[in-house]
Amino acid sequence: MIDTSSLKREAFGVKESIMSENSLAIRKFSDLANPTRFLGLAARVLPWLAGLTAVLFAIGLFLSFTTDGDYQQGETVRIMYVHVPAAWLSMMCYTVMAMSALGTLVWRHPLADVSARAAAPIGACFTFLALVTGSLWGKPMWGTWWVWDARLTSVFVLFLMYLGLIALNRAMDDPGKAAKVSAVLILVGFVNIPIIKFSVEWWNTLHQPASVLRLGGAAIDPEFLAPLLVMAAAFTLLFFTLHIAAMRNEIWRRRVTSMRRQAARAAGREV
Amino acid sequence: MITHTAYVAASYGIAAVTVAVLILWVWADGRARRRELRALDGAGIRRRSAQAGEAP
Repeated sequence: MIDTSSLKREAFGVKESIMSENSLAIRKFSDLANPTRFLGLAARVLPWLAGLTAVLFAIGLFLSFTTDGDYQQGETVRIMYVHVPAAWLSMMCYTVMAMSALGTLVWRHPLADVSARAAAPIGACFTFLALVTGSLWGKPMWGTWWVWDARLTSVFVLFLMYLGLIALNRAMDDPGKAAKVSAVLILVGFVNIPIIKFSVEWWNTLHQPASVLRLGGAAIDPEFLAPLLVMAAAFTLLFFTLHIAAMRNEIWRRRVTSMRRQAARAAGREV
Repeated sequence: MITHTAYVAASYGIAAVTVAVLILWVWADGRARRRELRALDGAGIRRRSAQAGEAP
C-alpha cells in the first residue's frame, strides 16, 4: 500500500524548495535593482562595454568598407550596414522602454522609470538615423527620398512618439506622476512595434520585406551578412553602454534634486 | 548629379555626427551631475541614507 502522507510531504518539500529558489531569484534581482548597487555595477561594467563597442565598431567599419559592392546596388549597399542596425535598435529601444513601463506600473520598480526615461533620447537618435540613412539609400535606389508607405510612415510615427515622450517627461514637475503617465503612453504606443515589423508583409510597400530575421534564414549573401551582423552587434553594445550611462546620470539627477529639497527643508526649519 | 559614393559618405557622416553628439551629451550630463553632487557634498548636504550610515 502506498503511503500517501509521505508522498504529500515529499511534494510539499519540492514545492517549498521551488518557492524558496524563486524567492531567492526575485531577491537577487531586487538587490541588483537597488539604485546604489546599480551605480556600483555600472562603474564596473561601463569601461568594458565601451571598449568592446569600440572594438566591434572598428571591425564592423573595416568590413563595411572592404567588402565588394552589390552587383545591383553598387556602393550604396554600404548604407545598409548603418541603416539596418539603426532600424533594429529603434525598435529594440522601444521594447526596452515597454518592459520598463511594465516595471513601473506593475512592480513599481525603483529603476524602471529611470530606465524608460534614459532610453527615450537614445531611441530617438537611432530612429532619426534609420529615417535619414533610409532616405539617403532610397534616393539612388528608388528614385525618391521618401514615400508614405506603411513601413516608412510607422517608423516616422515611432520617431514622433519618442519626441513626445521626451517632451512629456520634461514638461511634468511631479516625477511620480510623469512616470505613470509616460508608462501608460509607452505601453499604448507599443502597438506600433509589431506594425513596423510586419508592415512589409501586411501591406503592399515600396520597402522590401525582411531579409535577415525571417523564416527560412537570411536571404542575403554571407559577404554582406558578416559586416551587417558585426555592425548590428556594435550598435547594440553602443545602445547598452549609453543606456547604462544615461541611467546612472538619471539616478544622480534624482539624488541632486532630493538633496536640494532636503537642504531647503532643513533651512526652512532653522528660520 | 550626385554619385552613389556621396550618398554613402553622407550616411556615414550623419551617423558619425549623431553618435558623437549622443556620446558627448551623455558624458557631459554625467559630468555636470557629478559636479553638482560634489558641490552638495562640499556644502555638508548628504543623503539621508548616508547620514544614517554615519550615525553611531
